[in-house]
Amino acid sequence: MAMLHTVNKSPFERNSLNSCLTKSKEGSSILLIEDAVVGALKGTIVADKLSAAIANKNVYVLGSDLNTRGFTEADILDGIKTVDYAGFVDLVAEHSNVQSWL
Amino acid sequence: MSEAIKKFMFVNTKAPYGTVYALESLEVVLITAAFDQDVSLVFCDDGVFQISNNQNTEASGMKNFSNAYKALGDYDINKLYVEKESLEERGLTLDNIMDLTYEDDDWAEKPSIKLVTRAELADLMDDQDLVISS
Amino acid sequence: MKFTLLINEGPYQHQASDTAYQFAKAALEKGHEIYRVFFYNDGVNNATRLAIPPQDDRNITENWAALAKEHELDMVVCIAAAQRRGMLDADEAGRQGKDADNIHPAFHISGLGQLVEGAIQADRLITFGD
Repeated sequence: MAMLHTVNKSPFERNSLNSCLTKSKEGSSILLIEDAVVGALKGTIVADKLSAAIANKNVYVLGSDLNTRGFTEADILDGIKTVDYAGFVDLVAEHSNVQSWL
Repeated sequence: MSEAIKKFMFVNTKAPYGTVYALESLEVVLITAAFDQDVSLVFCDDGVFQISNNQNTEASGMKNFSNAYKALGDYDINKLYVEKESLEERGLTLDNIMDLTYEDDDWAEKPSIKLVTRAELADLMDDQDLVISS
Repeated sequence: MKFTLLINEGPYQHQASDTAYQFAKAALEKGHEIYRVFFYNDGVNNATRLAIPPQDDRNITENWAALAKEHELDMVVCIAAAQRRGMLDADEAGRQGKDADNIHPAFHISGLGQLVEGAIQADRLITFGD
C-alpha cells in the first residue's frame, strides 16, 4: 500500500508542499488541508508543479477548508479531488501510513 | 512493553532554537528507543541545522541540546539520514555537521550519519510503519 | 481500524486541534476506534479548564471533553511538555508545591511512553501540527 501525505501550510508561505512533492513516490497520495488548500487553486505560481504531480500521484483537497477560505471545487486545478472529513478518514485507512508534512 | 516492533522514522525538517520542535522531538525519539522499536532519524530541509557543528548558546541564553544528538548512539539509535540536497541548498557539507557515531557489537566506532539523496529518502520513508515529522 | 492522534499545537492559534477534532468525529461516526489522543508541544494547552472563548466562538476544550465523554476517549497530556508550560493537574500541583491547577478533568497527564505505546497499538498514527 502507498503512503498518504498531508500538507497544511500555504505554498506561498512555507516550503512543506514542495518538500512533500519532491519526497513522495509515484502512486502515493497527497491531501491538502488547512492553509495548504490554496495551493490547489488555478493559475498560481505552484499550479504547474501540482499539475505535474497529478500525473502520477493522487492529489486531494479537504473541501471544508476550501469553502472556509471562500473557494469551491470550481476554483481548483483539474485532477484534484475534493474530500470531506469522512473522506479524509477513508484515505488514512486506505493507505499504509500517513506522513504529516509540518 | 509491547511485543510488536515497528519501524519509526522521525523526520526533522525544522531548525533548532527558533521553535521548540527539534528539542521536544528528540525526547520522543529517546522514549521510542526505550520501547525497543526500530528507530531512524532524517534531517532534511532546515532540519539539517539541528546537527550543525559548534552550536554555542552562551550569549542567547537558549538551552544547548546539541550534545543530546551525540548520545543517540548510546541508545542504539544509529540510523541518521541526512539529505544531500538539503545540505547543498544551504551551502553546507558534511564538514558542517556533527560527527555522530555509535559502537558496534565489537565496540568499534562507526559513523551513524548516512548521506542520502532525496530519491533515496523517498524510498526509505515508504518502507516505514510510522513517519513522524516535525 | 484503530487510530492514535497526536496534536502538537494549542487551541485557537492554529487549526491543528480543530482538524484533529473533526477527524476524530468523522472516524468515530464511521465506526473506527480512537485508541488515544495525545497532546504534545503546545498541544498540551488544549487541556486547560480555564479558557473563556467568546460566546460566538467554538469552545475547543469543551468540544474535546464532550467527544471524550460520549466515546470514552483516552485523552493524554504529555507531563514534560505540560510542566514546561504551566499545565498541572491537582496531584501534580500538590507535588510541585503550586497553589493552582488547570487541567480539565476529561484529560489526564502521563508520560511520552503513552504516545509511543499508542503508536504501537494503533493501526495508524496521525499527526496534527503546525
